[in-house]
Amino acid sequence: MTVTDAARESVTSGLEQDKKDGHLSVSHLNPPPSYDLADHPAPTGREEIWRFTPLKRLRGILDGEASDATLTWDTTLPDGVTLTTISQAEAREIGELAPNDRPSALAAELSGGARLIDVPAEAEIAEPIVIRLHGESVDDLVWSQLVLRVGKFATATVVLVHTGSARYSATTSVLVGDGAMVNVVSLQDWDDDAVHLGRDSILVGRDAEVKHTAITFGGDVVRLNANVEYAAPGGSAELLGLYFADEGQHLEHRLFADHNQPKTKSNVLYKGALQGEKAHTVWIGNVLIRKVAEGIETYEENRNLVLTDGCQADSVPNLEIETGEIEGAGHASATARFDDEQLFYLRSRGVSEKEARRLVLRGFFNDLIRRVGVPSLEEQLTTTVEEELARNVLKTDQ
Amino acid sequence: MSTLEIKDLQVSVSTDDGPKEILKGVTLTIKDNETHAIMGPNGSGKSTLAYSIAGHPKYDITGGTVTLDGEDVLAMSVDERARAGLFLAMQYPVEVPGVSVANFLRTAKTAIDGEAPKLRTWVKDVNAAMGQLNLDPTFSQRNVNEGFSGGEKKRHEIAQLELLNPKVAILDETDSGLDIDALKIVSEGVNRYREQEGKGVLLITHYTRILRYIEPDYVHVFVDGKIADQGGPELADALEAEGYDRYIKANATPA
Ligand SMILES: Nc1ncnc2c1ncn2[C@@H]1O[C@H](COP(=O)(O)OP(=O)(O)O)[C@@H](O)[C@H]1O
Ligand SMILES: [Mg+2]
Repeated sequence: MTVTDAARESVTSGLEQDKKDGHLSVSHLNPPPSYDLADHPAPTGREEIWRFTPLKRLRGILDGEASDATLTWDTTLPDGVTLTTISQAEAREIGELAPNDRPSALAAELSGGARLIDVPAEAEIAEPIVIRLHGESVDDLVWSQLVLRVGKFATATVVLVHTGSARYSATTSVLVGDGAMVNVVSLQDWDDDAVHLGRDSILVGRDAEVKHTAITFGGDVVRLNANVEYAAPGGSAELLGLYFADEGQHLEHRLFADHNQPKTKSNVLYKGALQGEKAHTVWIGNVLIRKVAEGIETYEENRNLVLTDGCQADSVPNLEIETGEIEGAGHASATARFDDEQLFYLRSRGVSEKEARRLVLRGFFNDLIRRVGVPSLEEQLTTTVEEELARNVLKTDQ
Repeated sequence: MSTLEIKDLQVSVSTDDGPKEILKGVTLTIKDNETHAIMGPNGSGKSTLAYSIAGHPKYDITGGTVTLDGEDVLAMSVDERARAGLFLAMQYPVEVPGVSVANFLRTAKTAIDGEAPKLRTWVKDVNAAMGQLNLDPTFSQRNVNEGFSGGEKKRHEIAQLELLNPKVAILDETDSGLDIDALKIVSEGVNRYREQEGKGVLLITHYTRILRYIEPDYVHVFVDGKIADQGGPELADALEAEGYDRYIKANATPA
């Protein structure tokens, strides 16, 4: 088994960079946002943001061929919510967040237009807005651009479900008005051969509260960015993630919390399980606390449970701090196997090894699943986690 | 009817310097309705005996036998031993994050009985067990042993003893770290269990204090991986007065 737990802090390197540049206007961890493809050249694999990704398995997405293939959309839109198609120019006008890597830049360039989901100000949408996206074949190259706009003081939950297969590159902006409360869940339940490169960027309004959860079970390569920045002070963001990598899967989740406003909060928890030969997960947690961002609080945590030999879990928290005036900043990262003492304790009460593993795994994800805050999803997630476990660990009875 | 028979049990653990022998031939039989106390200084191998009977993977059995009603315990997996009727109240109960006490107890009961307990009576039984051990009703919703105080952990072990109702209970220093009130509550739980017909108890302790509340039929003095002396309850009184020094010295004398 190779478990690298490449936890490191780049506070010092961040500060050195700071000195060199005189001031640090952009994070050295994340390239600056830009629509210009020249700013996002095809990666070699040595770049900081690409070093973990198996470029050869991206099936040529980064070549940037034009394509008008789409996923099929099946939506549940509660009253008061609208879905429209807008031009790329309009998407920029209403303040979508510019791409910050090549796949999102290509998606913004080649999508042919953006879908806009609009929740008007002060609307309280209790029922989740559900968007089911289905791909027919990995031969289809799909570029997608999506804007979720939630007006001031509105409340909404948006669930995106990805199934089937495609070569899919999507750029999504979540624009959250002042005082709004938004919960976004992106569920990746792809077939085995799908390739999904996604970037969700969130702009948090004054005193707004946002929760974003990435849940990834399926796909050959899934590489998702969840970025958050703040339009004004007082906003808070909770970034959650749950992933389960099987044999041969590469599941990569990259976070970037950009504390560009004072009195803002970010709280990150990602948990993953890995099983099977060459199951590979990557978690990158970048947090930047800018000079202006006084009185902020941030905490990020990634935990991985390695269920079999032959898996690799990379976990890299990065904290760049430019101000000393912060309320709190911390991170934790741990990769562990099933705990023998826990299994012994359960088995000493008559519980079979299978059942004991199931209990421990369920327990591992339990707090996270509860925090997702979409009751209709909770049970389904628990079931899916247990089905995943059954696919490998439980079938090898000793 | 239940008889736990331990014969010439030898156990070692693997260390960086190779295997280290801890139990050096332990022989002990616990019959129906008998309570045996094992007393010994720290490090004498008491927990090793308990864990070895329960089947903890850390311990290598290098010799001897353990049978429960004639069945070979050492050939059974950990969970098979529990289903055969053995129960170990652990000295250091293990935290299981994210697994609620309620879920844990129901899963264990289902495993031991081979069928899910009837919901109505089960909820009543759990509440009664919790109440008798002075555990708050919200206790069931907490995660197993997570953030429990020392006393709560031990009381939770005894709640399990009562709910799972094994044939033979091994209690490993259930008394340590308990104040006098908690000690009484725990002892009452053990006494309720052993008042039933045909139950056996192996009570491991460092101190004589608990023996005032749970009176043993036999007392074994455990030193350096072996039983150094045995007798009736009066042996505990002698130990109370004199401590283990006599045995430790005797043990240190070159053969
Ligand atoms: N993994 C281990 N490696 C080395 N020595 C061990 C290990 N586990 C237990 N021991 C030793 O075995 C002896 C008996 O331990 P234990 O059974 O816990 O004693 P008791 O419960 O009587 O205090 C002690 O000397 C202890 O240090
Ligand atoms: Mg001990």
